[in-house]
Amino acid sequence: MTAPITARRTAVPALRSGTAPRRPGGRRQDHPAWFIVPALAVLVVFFFVPTVFNFVYAFTNWSSFSSQISFVGVDNFTSLFANGALVSGLRVTLVYAVLVAVFQNVFGLILALVLEADTRVNRFARVAFFVPVVMSALAVGYIFQALLKPDGALNAVLSAVTGTEVTTAWLGSTSWTIVVVALIHAWKWMGLSMLIYLAGLKTIDQDVLEASRLDGASWWQTFRTIRFPLLAPAVTFNVATSLLGSMNGFDVVQATTEGGPGGTTELLNIFIFRTFGQGLFAQATTMSLMLFVMVAVLAFPLIRFLRKREDVL
Amino acid sequence: MSVSSIATPAPTVTDSEEVRRTSSRPPASRRRRPRRRVVQPLVALALVVALLGVPFWMVVVTAGKDQAEAFSPNLALPTDWQLFENIATVFGDGRMVPAFFGSLLVMVPSVLGVLLLGSMASWVLARRSSRVMAIVYALAISGIVLPPAVVTIVLLLRQIGLAGTALGMIGVYMGMYLSTVVFFVTGFVRTIPVELEEAARVDGAGPVRVFVRIILPLLGPTLATATILICLYVWNDVFYALFVIGGRLDTLPLNLYQVASSGLYLQNWHLIFAYIIVMSLPLLVTFMVMQRKIISGITSGAVK
Repeated sequence: MTAPITARRTAVPALRSGTAPRRPGGRRQDHPAWFIVPALAVLVVFFFVPTVFNFVYAFTNWSSFSSQISFVGVDNFTSLFANGALVSGLRVTLVYAVLVAVFQNVFGLILALVLEADTRVNRFARVAFFVPVVMSALAVGYIFQALLKPDGALNAVLSAVTGTEVTTAWLGSTSWTIVVVALIHAWKWMGLSMLIYLAGLKTIDQDVLEASRLDGASWWQTFRTIRFPLLAPAVTFNVATSLLGSMNGFDVVQATTEGGPGGTTELLNIFIFRTFGQGLFAQATTMSLMLFVMVAVLAFPLIRFLRKREDVL
Repeated sequence: MSVSSIATPAPTVTDSEEVRRTSSRPPASRRRRPRRRVVQPLVALALVVALLGVPFWMVVVTAGKDQAEAFSPNLALPTDWQLFENIATVFGDGRMVPAFFGSLLVMVPSVLGVLLLGSMASWVLARRSSRVMAIVYALAISGIVLPPAVVTIVLLLRQIGLAGTALGMIGVYMGMYLSTVVFFVTGFVRTIPVELEEAARVDGAGPVRVFVRIILPLLGPTLATATILICLYVWNDVFYALFVIGGRLDTLPLNLYQVASSGLYLQNWHLIFAYIIVMSLPLLVTFMVMQRKIISGITSGAVK
């Protein structure tokens, strides 16, 4: 996730220290460039060329209804903007990604703190919380669709606990359902965040914690001023993967709401899948391009910001 | 995630040394400990039951019911267990055997392919340091962040005659996950001393020999981590599969999608959940058997 920054950081020193003492000719033969060729060929054909196509076909009228493909300028963008799909798609995707990132990290961190001690119960619980990570996101979506029905198991449990009949349609609200689906997505991946946070907690020097304990710091003080700041690398990884991963989300939402109710959970990928199915290929391509641009615009500043935060702390 | 992180694996979650150290705490905190020792496991178990127990219980009991009883999934036990009949039904209706082999057919070559091509490229990218190589490296790992252009991939596959084929799907997955392998492996290769290679080279070994005999064996743990992650993604992927091979080739998630979408007004929850149970078993069993390795592999790559 943090790759581009790392790349720049490590490539520059290597450039000076690596080649200087050796004959460049000898080095080259030792590590022939043709080793890169197969990987590069696969990347070019299956990743770069489609991405370049994205920038081309978004400006055409490519669809299943016309046999010829011709350029139409920015028509796709203006029509998607005019009918509100563009703005709502970007907004829903961004809101979803932010909600998932928040929920997944809060849950993951709480689980890591609760299950930190190395007891038998905790080891079992950690493995249990990793089970949803291994499962298919589509399957997770279907499970929650059943669980959250108005006459489903969650309402039955809530009715038993509160003593009153609960019949909330968890997936039927035009304003709150996006929060619910983000919670489901976070539920599926919180085990991974938990593991990363647990590993981060393990790397903290015990002597520092011992010192703060001798100074009489409370659990909360120790956590807020020492442990959480030292978790910065884990936070970077978890926030970046959850935010960028959920922007590319599809499975959970498709299995629970299919974008509804009223398009309020229609992520860009759901829109792309739906319009592609209708044969409106150019519109789907335009949205795919918008997703690409949004991720590219957000990813690099985000990773830089998180990295900088690590340095400051 | 930095280069140094891959070199020095973080202590695993099940590191018992830390426990011994923390158990010799100063007496100040010892007063609170007996209460915590009782409360903490209870909290942990309550979380497992509430967050995992309820959904999974519902899946298992519903998968054991008949259609009428499973119409509205709840937590009640089935009056008459027919889990195996339901599993037999989804094996037939959901074409689970072809789907299982379809998933394998796509996953195994994709994973082996990215591992081999990725580590070959990473070795040279890590060792050679010119401006061109730096650019190639940056491009190669950009796919970690950037989303694949899913619509135009289909167009491209049609143009080169791979639309709807396993080969096309394998190519798409390789294009998506090569970046992950290149990123992990390049970082690791940089920590391998060049002297190791040079010793072999003095003995007359060529580049291929050096790569196969010296570098590849050292990459084991890193490649294992990458394998786990990529298997997880490819085995469970439905989005890209719907575009590339939907309707042409069976895979487990694709057939689950079909089983779940086929009952337009009446969802056959007993079959959906029976399908989910069978479909999740291969990865779950693998995970249970190898949990220590998987967990330490994933965590060692992520944190400095």
